[in-house]
Amino acid sequence: MIAFENVSYSYGGSALLSEIGLRLSPGSFHFLTGPSGAGKTTFLKLCYGELLPSTGRITLFDREVRGLTRDDVAAMRRRIGVVHQDCQFIDHLPLAANVALPLTVAGREGDLADLSDLMGWVGLGALSDALPPQLSGGERQRAAVARAVIMSPDVVLADEPTGNVDWEMSLRLLRLFTELNRMGKTIVIATHDMNLIRAAKAQVSARVLRIADRRVQLAGADL
Amino acid sequence: MRLPRFLADFIAAGRRSDRVVPGSGHTAWLTGFAAGAMAFLAVFALALSLAAGRLADRWSGALTHTATIRISAPADQADLQTRAVLEVLETTPGVAGARALTDEEQRALLEPWFGPDLPLDSLALPRLVEFTETAGGYDATGLRHRLAAEAPGAVLDDHTRWRRPLAVAAERLRLLGMASIGLIGLAMAAMITLAANAALAANGPVIRVLRLVGARDRFIARAFVHRFTLRALGGAAVGTALGMAGVALLPAADPAGGFLTGLGFRGTGWLWPLGLPLLAAVVAHVATRAAAFAKLRELT
Repeated sequence: MIAFENVSYSYGGSALLSEIGLRLSPGSFHFLTGPSGAGKTTFLKLCYGELLPSTGRITLFDREVRGLTRDDVAAMRRRIGVVHQDCQFIDHLPLAANVALPLTVAGREGDLADLSDLMGWVGLGALSDALPPQLSGGERQRAAVARAVIMSPDVVLADEPTGNVDWEMSLRLLRLFTELNRMGKTIVIATHDMNLIRAAKAQVSARVLRIADRRVQLAGADL
Repeated sequence: MRLPRFLADFIAAGRRSDRVVPGSGHTAWLTGFAAGAMAFLAVFALALSLAAGRLADRWSGALTHTATIRISAPADQADLQTRAVLEVLETTPGVAGARALTDEEQRALLEPWFGPDLPLDSLALPRLVEFTETAGGYDATGLRHRLAAEAPGAVLDDHTRWRRPLAVAAERLRLLGMASIGLIGLAMAAMITLAANAALAANGPVIRVLRLVGARDRFIARAFVHRFTLRALGGAAVGTALGMAGVALLPAADPAGGFLTGLGFRGTGWLWPLGLPLLAAVVAHVATRAAAFAKLRELT
């Protein structure tokens, strides 16, 4: 589904990631860990074509990212739900319209039946008409998760999706991800939260990738 | 009245995109105003062009196939030379008919310059013989030679000497009017491109979010194209209406053929300016679309 072959990424002349070779299979569940600044966000951006590798080859859904047109990238992103760390929204649209944005741009506004259920699931049912600037950090994070999964994408990439929410909500969001994974979706979550990883391992077969010394390694089961 | 399907689809698709992109604020008003001002100017350029075209046609057409022979001879020879000229013309191949202008006709010709009480008898005016030529035309050089032999005071004036520069000037004026419309269109395209670029740059964060959730460039561009096209159409419609009203209020053309009083539209010519708002909309559509796709590649 997503494959890295000897991928390196440099920024400003210095290598941030190097010699990465891995394959994220359909239906797999991975956590991505590592110290701050290690390159977790960069790795995720490489996964959805926001960044291109300096060297090496990345394949998304069996297509090399370098050969994708802008329309191809757009089509690819409808199959990949992304939760950004900074949770960007369109400020003049109500929260519900922001969450439904992937459906709107894909011309699938008829598929909005589950929107209110999803908003309720992430605890934002009462805030459907609120504007993004009125939301707290945690609420924005939950809305970003809802937006990332509303299209039921093949892959969900989440960058610290539980960084600003309490433990109870973290578990709730984790359950959303594990349910999607049981439906065959591929999940990659970048996090520092070891408790979240342990909680996930109790529910699904999750693997842990660790970025250290510019390389991505498969961590042992001792986490 | 139902809108044409392509227009209805364009508006519906634009509204879908429109919802997700915030209003363009002052650029919207500027676009409408610029389109209106340009359309207003284009109406006058069009009026100028059409009037110049009519003038060129009149100057070229009315004087074609006619010529004049001026006879400057002493009073006792004037009638003799006039008859000689008429005889020469009768036997000249390519001349369809000829006649000498009467004193009344000559007085009428001179009246605008010297007034109605012109004492023709006391003035040594040349006699004038007007003739028309056949479609095949006549040999002007041969005729001049024959006139020199038969009527030494006769001078052939085939009008081309002064008709051609006037017709050329009128034709160039017509082209100048058309070029002005072209320049107005280009200036409008440039202004709309700048306004669209400003609107796109101001919406950079929105565009990044849209690209993140899988929006294609044409979905994003459509919102801007839709807005700028409709604003240009609306602004140009108002500008055209004002321009047409201005032209309608110009003084009516007088038979003396004053160029400025002939500036305006005649008959079906009034339909021409109605195409200007559509032209403005097409210019806005093309300019915004090109600007939007270029800017989107730059922004994301």
